Amino acid sequence: MSEVQALIDQGTPVANHQPVPRVRVHEGLWRQAIDALADGKSSLLSLWGAREAVHMALVDGDQIAVFSLACPRGSFPSVGAEYPPAIRLERAIVDLYGLEADGATDTRPWLDHGRWGVRHPLGRANRTTAEAASYPFLASHGEGLHQIPVGPVHAGIIEPGHFRFTASGETVVRLEERLGYVHKGIGGLMTGADLGKAARLAGRISGDSTVAYACAFARAVEAATGIEAPPRAHYLRALMAELERIANHFGDIGAICNDASFAIMLAHCGVLRERVLRFAGAAFGHRLMMDCVTPGGVAADLAPDGTTALHQLLGEIRRAFPRLIELYDRTTSLQDRTVGTGILHSELARKFAPGGYVGRASGRTFDARKAMPYPPYDTLAFTVPTRQEGDVNARVWIRIDEVDESLSLIDRILAGMPAGPVKCEVPAAAGSGLALVEGFRGDVLAWVEIDDDRKVEQCHLRDPSWFQWPLLEAVIEGNIVADFPLCNKSFNCSYSGHDL
Amino acid sequence: MRKLLLQGLLHAPLTEPTPESDEAALAELADRLDAAARRRLGRSLSIREVDAGSCNGCELEIHALNNAFYDLERLGFRFVASPRHADVLMVTGPLTKNMREALERTYQATPDPKWVVAIGDCAINGGEFANSYAVEGGVAVAVPVDLHIPGCPPTPGRILTGLIALLDHASGTTN
Repeated sequence: MSEVQALIDQGTPVANHQPVPRVRVHEGLWRQAIDALADGKSSLLSLWGAREAVHMALVDGDQIAVFSLACPRGSFPSVGAEYPPAIRLERAIVDLYGLEADGATDTRPWLDHGRWGVRHPLGRANRTTAEAASYPFLASHGEGLHQIPVGPVHAGIIEPGHFRFTASGETVVRLEERLGYVHKGIGGLMTGADLGKAARLAGRISGDSTVAYACAFARAVEAATGIEAPPRAHYLRALMAELERIANHFGDIGAICNDASFAIMLAHCGVLRERVLRFAGAAFGHRLMMDCVTPGGVAADLAPDGTTALHQLLGEIRRAFPRLIELYDRTTSLQDRTVGTGILHSELARKFAPGGYVGRASGRTFDARKAMPYPPYDTLAFTVPTRQEGDVNARVWIRIDEVDESLSLIDRILAGMPAGPVKCEVPAAAGSGLALVEGFRGDVLAWVEIDDDRKVEQCHLRDPSWFQWPLLEAVIEGNIVADFPLCNKSFNCSYSGHDL
Repeated sequence: MRKLLLQGLLHAPLTEPTPESDEAALAELADRLDAAARRRLGRSLSIREVDAGSCNGCELEIHALNNAFYDLERLGFRFVASPRHADVLMVTGPLTKNMREALERTYQATPDPKWVVAIGDCAINGGEFANSYAVEGGVAVAVPVDLHIPGCPPTPGRILTGLIALLDHASGTTN
C-alpha cells in the first residue's frame, strides 16, 4: 500500500471533494505526511493556506490526495524544515495568512516586501505602514568573493525579480533569488468572485500559460460542481493547449539560442511562433487564446475555415522546423554553450519534483496528462520525452521533442474531434475540486471551493515555477556568470505565476 | 545553415507594410512634444521596457514586435538594456506595490526628454487586478503617462500604430 493511501485511510474524509480524496488530519498525521515527503515516498504537488488551516496535496505514482490540518492556535508543523521544496510555499503562507510554521529553518518573508500597508492580508489582516523592509540575503564567505545584484528591472523584455550573485572571478559561487515583485494579491481577488471574474483572473496568472490555467481552473470548477464539459469542448481545449505549448517552445528555443548570440534561430523560431499566434487569433479570436476556455466548456467553437488553416499551419511547421533542429544540432559553437551547461542532477530533480522540461531533461517522467489523465488525453496516444543529462541542451531537446509530439497530438485531435455543443451550464452547487493540467512549463494545479451561488470561496493555483525556481539556484553554481542567461532561459520560470 | 541563408536572400521578406499612425494616439500626443525635442531625437527612439506587475501576456506581444513580421527596428525603434539609454519607457502592469519604487527609480534614471507609454488594460487602471491590497492601480499613479495603448494584451499591430504616432510626433513629421 502506498504511503499516501495509508495517510488517506487514517484521516477523516471530507465530503464533496472531487475527483481525488481530501482528508482532515491531526498533527501526528501531518508529521507522517512530512516524513513521507522527506523519505522520498511521495512528492509535493502543493502546499497552501487558508484562514485557519493549511492544505497539502501529495502525489505517489497515480495516487493524489489533499490533506488538511486545522490550525486553531495559528501554527502548523513546518514542512520546509524536513522537505526543502516546501520552504517558499510555506513562507508565502506565513506572509499571506499569518500562520506560523513551527520549526521552520527560513523565517524571512517571501512575497511580503513590507509595502502593502497591511500584514497577513488573507488572514487576520493588520494594517501597517507601507515601508520597504530590508531583506537579509544569505551570506557567502571566502577570499575575493564579490556580489552582483541584478534586478528587479532586468535588461531584456522580461518580468521583474532580483538575482543576487556571489562570484569568484567569473564563477558563480551562489545565486539567491528574491521574488514577489509582481505579487498582485490574486488569492484575495478570487475570494467572493463570481465564476466569470474568477476564470478571467485564472487566465491572467501567467499570460504565457493562459490556456493551461483556464483549463485547470475550469476542470476544478467542473469537478466541484459535478459536471463534465461536452466532448467537443475537451478536444478544443486540448487543441488550444497543444498550440500554446508549441508557440511557447518555439519562443524558448529561439530565445535560448539568442542568449548564446545565435540570432538566426530566434528569427526563424519567431516566425513560427508568430504563425501559431496568428492562427489562434483567426481561429479562436485571441492570439494567446485568453478567455477562450471557460468553466463548462470553451467560449467559442473553432472558426469555420479553422481546420483548413490549421492543416496549412501544421504543414508550414513541418517544412520549416526540421531545418532549424538540424541547424541547432550541427552548430558546434552553439553546442559548446548548451552542452554541459547548467546541469540539474537527477537526484535533485527527484527530490524537488519539478514539472515540465526541467524535470523531464533530468530523468523525471511526470506529466499531468498521464498522471491524472483527463479527456481527451486519456484516449489519445502520445509519449512523454525524457532525457538524463539535465543540461541546457537537454532542456532544449525536450522542447524540440515535445513540439513533435504536440504536432502528432493535434493530428489525432483533429481526426477524433466529435461534433456537438462546446459548452454547458455550470450548476449552482457547492463543492470543492482539484485539477492538474499540463501546461508548456509543467503541471498547473488548481484547487477551488465554491458556494451554492456560483461564487468562489477559496481558490489556490500553483504554478510549476514554484519547484523550478529553487533549482535554478542549484544549477548555476560553478558555472560562469555569462552562462546565467542560458540557464535562466532554459528554465524560463514564470515570475507572475509564482508571485501570484 | 546555407539553405536557410539562401532562402533569406531569395524569398520576399515577411515584414509587413508599415501601418498608419493611430488617430486616437495622435490626438493624445498632440500637446506633449515640443519642436526642440523633435529635432534632437530625429526619427529614432530607444525604448526601455518595464514590467511593473504584468501577467507577462503584454511582454509576449512586445517581444513579437521584434519578429520578422513587424520588425520594429526598421522604423527607428530599438529596445535598450538601460533606462540611461532610453527615450521611452514602455510600461506594463497593473502597478504592484512591490514594483512601485523600482518603476519610479527607472523613470528617474531616464534622461529628458522622455515619454512613458503604458501598454495594456492593466497599465491603464489595474485591469482585472484593480482593488487588490497589493496593487496601486494604473501606471499613472507613479509616473506621468504620455500614451495609453489598450488591449489585453494589445496585439503587436496595435502597439505598432501607437508607437508610430509617438515617432511621428517626436520627429515632427506630422502637425
